Amino acid sequence: MLTQLTLAEIVDKLAKKEVSAREVTEAALARIDEVEDAVKAFVTQTRDAALSKAAQIDAKRLNGEEVGPLAGVPMALKDNICTKGVRTTCSSKLLNNFIPPYDATVAELLDEAGSILLGKTNMDEFAMGSSTENSAFFTTCNPWDLESVPGGSSGGSAAAVAADEVFFALGSDTAGSVRQPAAFCGVVGLKPTYGRISRYGLIPFASSLDQIGIFTKDVRDCALVMNVIAKHDPRDSTSVNQATPDYINFLDGNVKGLKIAIPKEYFVEGINAEVKANIHKAIAVLESLGAVAEEISLPHSEFGIPAYYVIAPAEASSNLARFDGVQYGFQAEADSLQELYENTRGAGFGPEVKRRIILGTYALSAENYEAYYVKAQKVRTLIREDFEKAFAKYDIILTPTTLAPAFKQGAVKDLVSMYLNDICTVPTNLAGLPAISVPCGFVDGLPVGLQLIGKPFAEGTILRVAYAYEQNSGLPKRKPALRAKGGTVDE
Amino acid sequence: MSKYETVIGLEVHVELATKTKIFCSCPTEFGQDPNTHVCPVCLGMPGALPVLNKLAVEYAIKAALALNCEIPRFSKFDRKNYFYPDLPKAYQISQHDLPLAVNGYLEIEVDGVKKKIGITRVHLEEDAGKLIHAEFGDHSLADYNRAGVPLIEIVSEPDLRSPAEAKAYLEKLKSIIQYTGVSDVKMEEGSLRCDANISIRPFGSSEFGTRTEIKNMNSFKAVERGLAYEVARHTEILNSGGQVVQETRRWDESQGKTFAMRSKEEAEDYRYFPDPDLVPVVVDPAWVEEIRQTLPEMPDSRQERYVSEWDLPAYDAGVITASKAMADFFEATVAEYSDAKAVANWLMGDIARYLNAKELEISETKLTPKHLVELLKLQDDGIISGKIAKTVLEEMFNSGKMPAEIVKEKGLEQITDEDALTTIVDEVIANNPKSVEDYRSGKEKALGFLVGQVMKLTKGKANPALVNKLLRKKL
Repeated sequence: MLTQLTLAEIVDKLAKKEVSAREVTEAALARIDEVEDAVKAFVTQTRDAALSKAAQIDAKRLNGEEVGPLAGVPMALKDNICTKGVRTTCSSKLLNNFIPPYDATVAELLDEAGSILLGKTNMDEFAMGSSTENSAFFTTCNPWDLESVPGGSSGGSAAAVAADEVFFALGSDTAGSVRQPAAFCGVVGLKPTYGRISRYGLIPFASSLDQIGIFTKDVRDCALVMNVIAKHDPRDSTSVNQATPDYINFLDGNVKGLKIAIPKEYFVEGINAEVKANIHKAIAVLESLGAVAEEISLPHSEFGIPAYYVIAPAEASSNLARFDGVQYGFQAEADSLQELYENTRGAGFGPEVKRRIILGTYALSAENYEAYYVKAQKVRTLIREDFEKAFAKYDIILTPTTLAPAFKQGAVKDLVSMYLNDICTVPTNLAGLPAISVPCGFVDGLPVGLQLIGKPFAEGTILRVAYAYEQNSGLPKRKPALRAKGGTVDE
Repeated sequence: MSKYETVIGLEVHVELATKTKIFCSCPTEFGQDPNTHVCPVCLGMPGALPVLNKLAVEYAIKAALALNCEIPRFSKFDRKNYFYPDLPKAYQISQHDLPLAVNGYLEIEVDGVKKKIGITRVHLEEDAGKLIHAEFGDHSLADYNRAGVPLIEIVSEPDLRSPAEAKAYLEKLKSIIQYTGVSDVKMEEGSLRCDANISIRPFGSSEFGTRTEIKNMNSFKAVERGLAYEVARHTEILNSGGQVVQETRRWDESQGKTFAMRSKEEAEDYRYFPDPDLVPVVVDPAWVEEIRQTLPEMPDSRQERYVSEWDLPAYDAGVITASKAMADFFEATVAEYSDAKAVANWLMGDIARYLNAKELEISETKLTPKHLVELLKLQDDGIISGKIAKTVLEEMFNSGKMPAEIVKEKGLEQITDEDALTTIVDEVIANNPKSVEDYRSGKEKALGFLVGQVMKLTKGKANPALVNKLLRKKL
């Protein structure tokens, strides 16, 4: 089946003209028809535009014209990445009818590279959540167990890749929103260094933490997408003007002498014993390849979640203030300006979004600013310094991506438990570091992930280690069964 | 004499004359059709990001240097959060605790007394859009052309002690900014706006009284009037044993009064925090020096030079140097015409009157220094009279033609031919026996009337001195 191939494999077939972009796109659309009712990954599909883009690519290739490195490859974008002329909702009622008049930089780059947008994927409303249960529209299902969540907030993108609906997808990661769903859905999820990928056109949740990330079926595919979207962008002041290497060059499997740090704080209370065992097996694989692993301490990691839940809501309270019913998006009936604001925001935002806006507004108010916002920034600095110290000695930090595999939809009821989903991933966002989640086996038939954290702009190193592990893990290649668990998975 | 001392501090917003906005590349041009100079960034569309316009920083630094400020190496942008439909992002990008410039001053002169007024800070921020409230119906319209136009906010120390000092401060500030060329500083186009903080306290007290903030003063005159009104209001409250309420008040120009807008308790909490979409501004001291080199000679220095170099009275030098365009015009004129006082008189008299009436700077008219030099020379050579010169000036403003050409075209040359004038003088004497009689019986005033009659018949072209002489001789 064409759709089961990796991005690298389909690029190769397209280049050799063994298949046309039209055939690949039609196959992907057929796969969507087959599984989407069960998975529910997409908020919006762009089938007509996809087919006409595929036809253009084929025509160009036929004429011997230059086509991009991802020409003819179907993909999906999280629904907080602006796409010109294509509805971009953030899975919120407030932006239900919002059609951006401009493309996000990544959308532009992917379009120029010839990839084909099949649609926009479901997410927790405004990227606030860890399960897509906070989507104002519907919950996406985990392809490995349709009753479980796919993780979040980029759950739609992770599920779409896991279910072979697209060859790759983009998400955004503010506290783990790419890595956690990647782990839950058994795909590769990379969150690059803050500033590596332009945020222009990414509807912000927490601007100092948000970073666009990549979902792929394997590590090589991730490097291929990085080669296209990791570009300096003058439209984003926080985009770093640094040359990007060809990330494929890092995929040599050589980790001899590489120094791996294992922070003990990530293996404490609450970690699923089998997850822990899988991580230790992974460490053993890397050691067998010549890497050296040592336990270290990142003492301030435990303050990551509390600091995050001050900083992110603070920024969000300001970022989401513009959704006031004046210019675009949902506008409620009102008799006065004050009512317009209250009714629009009251009816337009879901409960989790409101909760965080209130939290953030409180943290930024003049009387609380020092005690909350400033304090949280100090914690952030301490966390970053922990990492800096570790990276003075080690090349990479290895942790589980999550403490447990995906949970059942509706199972996590209290907020703190839900928030703790990000406990392993949030410190890297606070420190702006790159990190990847790579599948590292199964627990109770559900995939789990290994997280590799690198130095700033060391995406190459991360990809090198992830690739070496992936090629030598000895894990069987599996595809999700797309049914509720209880049944077995396809081997 | 009041027993209270007035304490005033001013917050002045000045629009910078950059070609493009502060965080996007939309044009800043004034007076265009609504919402034609907008893009996703200045409309605050979700996902759009600001990128700082370097020229706006340069202009702000230039203005700050002209105001004798220090430029710290490090400053940053913050978000000022509040809801209003003219503010597309529901926050204004401004600078809160680390402004671009601090610790400056300017010098004012009121009633011959010079005084330094401290400038606390100068910071950069973006302007908001404009709301147009529909005349009919129950809606308002938003125009975002102005949203994102760069502004500097100049905050003075509470060093001003009277409404007159406040007005002098504003005039000086306008003059200095205009010299730097970073803004048009036109209050009527909104490129200069002023809010005032005012309090009063017993003379000798070192503590401040409760202050009120006054908004909506749309001219220098309004600032002076609004502040005078507040001084009187505060004084009356304190004299009657009451307490001033800390609040924001709105000046109503037509009623000549201020009205309460919101109390301190109702004041908004702007929830300032560093804008994560922008990186801190790190200013290289070498760049600051480069900008300093581009500053022109400032009005104070020019004023002193005009007194020492051209022997102008200090008052004249002050008036002329207040406007850079006027001072430049003066210098170009005196370079070719040595009677500086005569030039000053023209500039401060008929020319200033014309400019004030038309609300124009001299550089915006067709009049050039060459015109004025030629006009002055025509007068000196007795070719035209002073009165005719005024007519010629007006024609120069209208057509831009050189004075000699105007004089020739319109036949305005002074009549100095004694024979020709004698004929007219005889005619006037013959036709006005009553006045002739009066003059002869000692009424000197009658002569003036007869001169006037001659001037009337010659359409003002007769040489007045000659007419006088001839009349006296005949009578």
